[in-house]
Amino acid sequence: MEMLLSGNEALARGVYEYGGEFASAYPGTPSTEILETIGRFFKDDVYAEWAINEKVALEVAVGASYGGARSLAAMKHVGLNVAADPLMTLSYTGVGAGLILVSADDPSLHSSQNEQDNRYYGKFASIPVLEPSNSMEAKEFVKFGFEISEEFDTPVLLRLTTRISHSKGIVKIGERSTVEHSGFERNIAKYVMVPANASKRHKVIIERLEKLKEYAETTPLNRIESNGNEVGIITGSIAYQYAREAMPEASILKLGMGYPLPMKKIRDFAAGVERLLVVEELEGFYEEQIAAAGIPIEGKKYFSNYLELNLDRVKDGLVEAGVMKGKRPGGKSGVKQESVLPRPPVLCAGCPHRGLMVALRKLKVYTTGDIGCYTLGALPPLEQIDSCLCMGASIGHAFGIEKAGKTEKKAVALLGDSTFLHSGITALASVVYNKGTQTTVIADNRITAMTGGQQHPGTALTLTGEKTHAIDLVKLCKALGVEHVRTIDPYDLEETTNVLKEEIDRDAPSVVITNRPCMLFPKKIRSKPMTVDLSLCTACGLCFKVGCPAISGSSEKNEKGRFKSEIDPAVCTGCTICAQVCPADAIVEIES
Amino acid sequence: MNNETTNVLIVGVGGQGVLLASEILSEVARTCGLDAKKSEVHGMSQRGGVVTSHVRFGEKVMSPLIPSGESDVILAFELAEGLRWIHELRPGGTFIVNRQKIVPPITFTGKFTYPEDAEAKIKDKVPEALVLDAYPAAEKLGNTRLVNTILLGVLSRYIDLEDSNWLDVIERMAPKGTGELNKEAFQTGKKLS
Repeated sequence: MEMLLSGNEALARGVYEYGGEFASAYPGTPSTEILETIGRFFKDDVYAEWAINEKVALEVAVGASYGGARSLAAMKHVGLNVAADPLMTLSYTGVGAGLILVSADDPSLHSSQNEQDNRYYGKFASIPVLEPSNSMEAKEFVKFGFEISEEFDTPVLLRLTTRISHSKGIVKIGERSTVEHSGFERNIAKYVMVPANASKRHKVIIERLEKLKEYAETTPLNRIESNGNEVGIITGSIAYQYAREAMPEASILKLGMGYPLPMKKIRDFAAGVERLLVVEELEGFYEEQIAAAGIPIEGKKYFSNYLELNLDRVKDGLVEAGVMKGKRPGGKSGVKQESVLPRPPVLCAGCPHRGLMVALRKLKVYTTGDIGCYTLGALPPLEQIDSCLCMGASIGHAFGIEKAGKTEKKAVALLGDSTFLHSGITALASVVYNKGTQTTVIADNRITAMTGGQQHPGTALTLTGEKTHAIDLVKLCKALGVEHVRTIDPYDLEETTNVLKEEIDRDAPSVVITNRPCMLFPKKIRSKPMTVDLSLCTACGLCFKVGCPAISGSSEKNEKGRFKSEIDPAVCTGCTICAQVCPADAIVEIES
Repeated sequence: MNNETTNVLIVGVGGQGVLLASEILSEVARTCGLDAKKSEVHGMSQRGGVVTSHVRFGEKVMSPLIPSGESDVILAFELAEGLRWIHELRPGGTFIVNRQKIVPPITFTGKFTYPEDAEAKIKDKVPEALVLDAYPAAEKLGNTRLVNTILLGVLSRYIDLEDSNWLDVIERMAPKGTGELNKEAFQTGKKLS
């Protein structure tokens, strides 16, 4: 049977088919659908959970692997930075049953704060890296991953990119098969990484890498598509698809295993062609190693490490390198490109973050931001978020700005519930310990919203929808030593503003927690929409400045020719923030 | 046509049903025995952003993305979005656009204006462009969410895939309980002028 599956869905299918028993992840674009798919379709055979963060996701998967279950931990590229601590020493301990670590990289930063190339983690940790180039391979490479992991006693890094994760292609479906493994057994030389044991294990890892290099020479993961001796291209991942389509007449060495490289195979391939090129997305990861082995090679010179590749960029590079003739065939439309207004994403109509942004703007404070929907508040017209670095950083930023002491204007930290649980708790404890006085706002919408609505340890539901304990954020913050913890309704602008002002002015650390759920997840919330009484509207424009997609200009103008406003009843959810900022009381509940 | 890859670019605004439409198209191609790939970026689509979906099908498809200026068909769900992507059409390609305007909130900052002349500009660039009123047609059927299926009906007139496959896939993939209505919408699109 065949199905059209995204790379993420196909990978999830692979975990099921190839005997996976345990999967954990923290949501992050473009990796999120892997665990969602396992939880939705395969939960009877594969245990699936959201971990509190990527470090824990990897650690529990390691435990499950030690315990005899074929396991998977999945995350986006920056998530692996969080999980880097267990990863680096996990390489030393090796595994029990097969263990695959998925890193979904995001070339072009479609939904990320950087475009780091996580193949380097494979080299850094001395573990193999597998790089599927389409959905079918995303499934099949799970089989290779589990087998390599078990044969060589190593975790395997399976690296996807946005175009693999989110493109759909045809996948052949198979049955599930399982492999028996014994449970956890005491083995301190392998599992207890104190210096005496770890130094011996490092030697084992160096030897393991040599064996993996030999495996790389013969594995079907690395294959040569021979096609004449003029041009040879070494490529992998999505770049393979572009290179193959761009130049059907070239010989290609396709690397399904991106680390360690099959250097003998590469040397032979190089010897058989007149011109050798590397086509790889992001960094010159293959190129550096091939060049270091003394093989003349060119790559990044023609295919820059900036943003994702595509067929046009690959053709351009091949033309520039002089291996493809003439001008590239792309861009032949002849129709001139038109510049059209942007459509930047905005906070949803009724989003509980909106009232918070409007109140903070009124209080004229800096707002150190974090990773989540509220980062959209950095853009016009709200323009309230002043920093965004990584998960949980908002709290440390505000603390540092306070201690630097160079500005009168105070800094408030703003982060979401899922982000706070992921990485904010330790930062807040540090603020209290080191006598910071900042206000930290937790925009608690009781879901992981930005990635499409995933449960977390504060929502009382697991990934598979089972009821569970919910962390009480108020009690948690108090336990960390924050005496002043207040809960506010972000739909009540006056209360929100007053409470925030009191806490910001206070000479002690405080936490303010909002209490309205996300408008979209787990289900869409609607109440009676608002409308504009045009006879009262003065066209002052204040309601436009709350940045709501339901508010637009009406056809009616005031005496100065400014447009009065209008509310789309199909989009408005009745949150009333606009009515609360309207000085003319022109925004009222719609009459039914 | 089966020897060559067909490139269909579907564009619109988040919430219009672009992703489901491209999902249906690629599944129809697959059930017709062709290789098919589809690519888009998830994430911001729910928040009023620009949505584009690349669908490619043929004997063997490599890149999931359509090369620039090589779209055989562009199906635009919205006028300004049609104008934004019209340069991706290959010479002699088919351009279909729904005569609907979705004005984003950013226009109310005064820094950007909606291109009121989008339709004229489209006609100027591609005189044979097909401009259709799918929204009123969907209203007539009783549900404005049918715009995407109506537009697929229009699209089906210009690409070589079997009608029976279209109808099977639409029935299978339409939201629960709306199979018949969506098939009617598809037929409406086949006749819409």
